[in-house]
Amino acid sequence: MKAYNLTHLKELEAEAIFIIREVAAQFENPAILFSGGKDSITVAHIARKAFFPGKIPFPLVHIDTGHNFPETIEFRDKYVNELGAQLIVGSVQTSIDEGKVVEEKGYNASRNALQTVTLLETIETNKFDACLGGARRDEEKARAKERFFSHRDEFGQWDPKNQRPELWNLFNGKKHFGENFRVFPISNWTEMDVWQYILMEGIELPSLYFSHQREVFVRDGVIMASNGIVPQRESEETVTKTIRFRTIGDMTCTGAIESDAGNLEHIIEEVAASRQTERGTRSDDKRSEAAMEDRKKQGYF
Amino acid sequence: MSTQEENAAPDGYLDMELLRFTTAGSVDDGKSTLIGRLLYDSKSIFEDQYEAIEESSKRKGDEHVNLALLTDGLRAEREQGITIDVAYRYFATPKRKFIIADTPGHIQYTRNMVTGASTANLALILVDARKGVQEQTYRHTFIAALLGIPHVVFCINKMDLIDYDEAAYNKIKDDIEAFSSKLDVKDIRFAPISALKGDNVVNESQDMPWYKGGTLLYMLENIHIGSDHNHIDCRFPVQYVIRPQSDQYHDFRGYAGRIAGGVFKPGDDVVVLPSGFSSKIKTIESFEEKLEEAFAPMSVTIQLEDDIDISRGDMIVRDNNRPHVDQDVDIMICWMSDQALLANGKYGLRHTTNEARCLVKNIHYKVDINTLHRIEDDKNIKMNDIARVTLRTTKPLFYDRYSRNRVTGSVILIDEGTNETVAAGMII
Repeated sequence: MKAYNLTHLKELEAEAIFIIREVAAQFENPAILFSGGKDSITVAHIARKAFFPGKIPFPLVHIDTGHNFPETIEFRDKYVNELGAQLIVGSVQTSIDEGKVVEEKGYNASRNALQTVTLLETIETNKFDACLGGARRDEEKARAKERFFSHRDEFGQWDPKNQRPELWNLFNGKKHFGENFRVFPISNWTEMDVWQYILMEGIELPSLYFSHQREVFVRDGVIMASNGIVPQRESEETVTKTIRFRTIGDMTCTGAIESDAGNLEHIIEEVAASRQTERGTRSDDKRSEAAMEDRKKQGYF
Repeated sequence: MSTQEENAAPDGYLDMELLRFTTAGSVDDGKSTLIGRLLYDSKSIFEDQYEAIEESSKRKGDEHVNLALLTDGLRAEREQGITIDVAYRYFATPKRKFIIADTPGHIQYTRNMVTGASTANLALILVDARKGVQEQTYRHTFIAALLGIPHVVFCINKMDLIDYDEAAYNKIKDDIEAFSSKLDVKDIRFAPISALKGDNVVNESQDMPWYKGGTLLYMLENIHIGSDHNHIDCRFPVQYVIRPQSDQYHDFRGYAGRIAGGVFKPGDDVVVLPSGFSSKIKTIESFEEKLEEAFAPMSVTIQLEDDIDISRGDMIVRDNNRPHVDQDVDIMICWMSDQALLANGKYGLRHTTNEARCLVKNIHYKVDINTLHRIEDDKNIKMNDIARVTLRTTKPLFYDRYSRNRVTGSVILIDEGTNETVAAGMII
């Protein structure tokens, strides 16, 4: 007798497709938050499958800190073009120029936190009522408690203690005027699941994820790209290392790891053997024990 | 080389199954320690995570590294040492990937337990070996049964504190078997463990040679979950209609959705509810692939031979096996809101991809979840209460009994003023 069983990747994919279609059905004006990182690429890929042979019925939104790796932007433009999707860019530089946010100062200055203001403004201007994101519950403690359909009040805030219960696969996207939702279709995926899925599906990624030579410097044990964006102390010597990035964020807060993994198979071996979480190289999470929870409450991704 | 071999990952990862389980028990039962132990012994905790909790434990002056801190994500939880909300944890072995819905066990958190249980294949219920069966053991087992969790594993924990005594373990096991025979749970298992010392969690205990049932992890890896979905009654709730506005797919009209039961194949004679129109399945598609069959819980797109008017909320079924179609449904509800249930109140209702409104026509009884007694003279249904009610819906629902199919047998109620989800319902 045939066993009617799905592999875990197929089951996770089926769940994500269901959630993305639910967003298309329950909301009037959704969008995909697209950072050019592997998680949002995975979400976009699944969205493409969900509506095939139709096109993804919503735009991709990128919040550009102005400090993105050029490789990310290049990939983004090529990818969006291939999808035939609309791209909307929210610019942190514009928010700074308009005086809506003040840039951090000092050696560890990052525009990461400023993104929230630009993000909320982009949501408001475009009247998005649901934003799909690639956040995963295994990434961080506060995220472990977030729903698939995460309600945001009219100020874009998340209230972790007052979340709607989420039962079976019945998702409640009802909201009042001015409120919106963040929706996370790959909530149940781990870093390993994402990499295995990328391998299984043959998904293309920015070159930053694969081993390459780069001029870098080391700060507090984190390898940072040396390219004039992050101010370097004199003691922080520039060296050339063979590295890759496990996550892709703003250049000011994304650290690299030394790695020879030049293809997906090798990356998977490396992830399997790794004893550090991928956010271990993210200086933005290290600011305090509840750094992510605080940022999320304010409306961060 | 076959395609299968080409796709095979170095560690065979692509063949893994997914098991979702929920854990019930209070802090004192060692639930967080058990989860910490599973994660730690299966090498699913990363160094930086471990260092972070080591640091916090030190700061608080704890003697041991407190593995419970791994699962308490919110600031208030860490400060107060309690779990407020369902937290989801992940780990994998070469055989299976596991999703743990870690739910707090205090009496006021029935709502969270129900939430965690709604998607679980398996429940782990912790029992303190020193205390034996407690009121909360009834409560947790009742909720697991109510939510139709197919497998329940009772972990008799803290065996180290009763000198690994076989007789005491057997007494607890007998007690549990006695009361759970009154509940509808398909598969019940037991394991004597010590989460603190690691006995029978991931590694076999050296101190309980009398126990031959396998470690907890062995059970989690090997329990047969292939029959947990209904593969008999064909149910396809239409979620979204795909009509590409392109020249290439001008005539394409696909019904997208997730199969809720049964096995569908191209050529099958089907009926669409509520219209009652018949047709045949032309194709079942998943992205660029045409499938020979599809079953729960796959997300697919179905094309029919005939052009009939179908929209979200409709259901495609087999002619010879139809669901119940009714506007009056009896359900067991778990109330989840601060605002009590209004007798004769009107609520929004979601069932599969269907939306309706409903009127609470009758409240039959409330269940005392500690004694499992029916309370018929108190019809004031408050947060965390479980009750049997009759609803009248504005349009017919196409449903199966919850015990037959958890997807087509479940509903949620929504407060139309606040938009909050106020109840989970299982159709009887």
